[in-house]
Amino acid sequence: MEKITERILTASALISAFITVLIFAFLLIFGLPLLQGGQWFGLLAQPWSPREGLYGIRPMLLGTVYISLLGMAFALPLSFGCSALISVFAPRRFGGFLRKVVQLMTGVPTVVYGFVGIFLLVPMVREIFQGGSGMCVLTASLMLAVLISPTLILFFVDGFDRVPRSYLNAVAALGGNEAQQFIFVILPNAWKSVLSGIVLAFGRAMGDTLIALMIAGNAVQVPGSVLESARTLTAHIALVIASDYDSPEFKSIFACGLTLYLFSTMMVVLIRSIGAIFGRKEK
Amino acid sequence: MSRWMERTMIVFCWICGLVLLAAIATIFGYLLYQGLGTVNLRLIFGNISAVDALLLRKHVFAGLFPAMVGTLAVVTLSVGFAIPVGIASGVYMAEYARGGVKWVLGFCFDILAGVPSIVIGLFGFALAIFLHRHFSAGIYPSLFISSLSLAVLVLPYIIRSTQFALENLPAETRLIAVALGATKLQNIVYVLIPKSLSGIFSGVILAIGRCAEDTAVILLTGAVAFAGVPKSLFVQYEALPFYIYYISSQYANQQELSSGYGASIILLLICALLFFVASMTQKGVTYQALYRA
Repeated sequence: MEKITERILTASALISAFITVLIFAFLLIFGLPLLQGGQWFGLLAQPWSPREGLYGIRPMLLGTVYISLLGMAFALPLSFGCSALISVFAPRRFGGFLRKVVQLMTGVPTVVYGFVGIFLLVPMVREIFQGGSGMCVLTASLMLAVLISPTLILFFVDGFDRVPRSYLNAVAALGGNEAQQFIFVILPNAWKSVLSGIVLAFGRAMGDTLIALMIAGNAVQVPGSVLESARTLTAHIALVIASDYDSPEFKSIFACGLTLYLFSTMMVVLIRSIGAIFGRKEK
Repeated sequence: MSRWMERTMIVFCWICGLVLLAAIATIFGYLLYQGLGTVNLRLIFGNISAVDALLLRKHVFAGLFPAMVGTLAVVTLSVGFAIPVGIASGVYMAEYARGGVKWVLGFCFDILAGVPSIVIGLFGFALAIFLHRHFSAGIYPSLFISSLSLAVLVLPYIIRSTQFALENLPAETRLIAVALGATKLQNIVYVLIPKSLSGIFSGVILAIGRCAEDTAVILLTGAVAFAGVPKSLFVQYEALPFYIYYISSQYANQQELSSGYGASIILLLICALLFFVASMTQKGVTYQALYRA
């Protein structure tokens, strides 16, 4: 009995881990025709123009990078402020309330953000900037900031709260106020959580499909300004999936998938090394 | 650091907090303002009486009923697939795996948790093509393929929440039964798992929420705009999140648009409810909430 159960449990764990590898294998096999002869790097750099037989994913790659970086640029200061408010400056009850709201935000479906984005944010951007359809990099990254802020805030708060109480008491005993506690004691001691949160949130921003698909406009071009439309890797997959299975367009989405997979793996490696580096220091 | 700087910082933090609250209040408020009026039985069942629809005596064409049934079906199936494998793997990770094996497996699960959902959808789609070519021509993107893909999507959350629930048990709890002569398996089955049920349960609830809200996976693996109530595992189906996505770009008239708002409110309520259930069963829900990629 003991032996059999252990074998079953082992088998489950191995199957689960095998799925991770299987996903990679499927992406690789289906994308193979495009990848042969080291074309993958070529694909990453090429423009997308099916008429000339070019199926590069460079515009989508840049679209993804622009939208997620801009989203991070909006979300990062906001999240810093909110998390400092929650764990240091706000009165206990308001801080608790804000934390609950942020936790609830993690459960909001992305499609709902996209839906509200289309009918509320897109017209607003269109009115304010008086040009284009309003579906652009800016709109998508604003909504994306709302999506990833909870991840950032919860990670930051977690890191801030882990700083030992006695450190703070020491500052207080020396006559330091809350702002000084935050700047000189809490922040320097919470780098691990702050960095992990940033990496994880960036991964989420790049991996999100619905917001960019619904409100970034999906034009295949390298956006020249934040008010221009763009298409992300994820949106490209969702849009091209319905085409002919043997076409090069169809195969290009596996290059997108592969890029996203490798990228998210990189993020995991990064988080683990952050953990390892800071873990050693703490000892 | 000058007084002035400190003041500025505190004011900045308050502004950030208020901006966030205002943003989320605007989103929720707008949705409720536009859609609350449409949330009624008519939105769900159209012109058909609720009893007829629930007993599947008549087809609902102008309501959300098929989409809700589709979502329910896909969530039940995928969580059904993911729970046994996920909990078993979690127990293995916490109680059996050691050293290098544990590190490698943990690394795999972290990668799996980080893979964007659209890539998992793409995997499901590729799997469907593969099965179609090599096993049975009857397999194409369907309820079954969607459920498998969603199961893959939530597997790492279930594994990790099970693992951490077990690992966080106090050392004394771990030793009592063993001291009384219980075997390792008896200890796990009779002491450790019952003691960590709330943690495992909250992980499962969050997994359900994730399945219910995810759109990218089902977009690629068989969700369509009109299919009716699914009659078998191997047909295409409707789902709430897909309906919202579809309506946002394809709505033909004001009535369809307002049913999109209604559907958003219903989906939001379902997810909020699941979230509250999960956070009531366990306070330390943050970890799982964070690791949804």
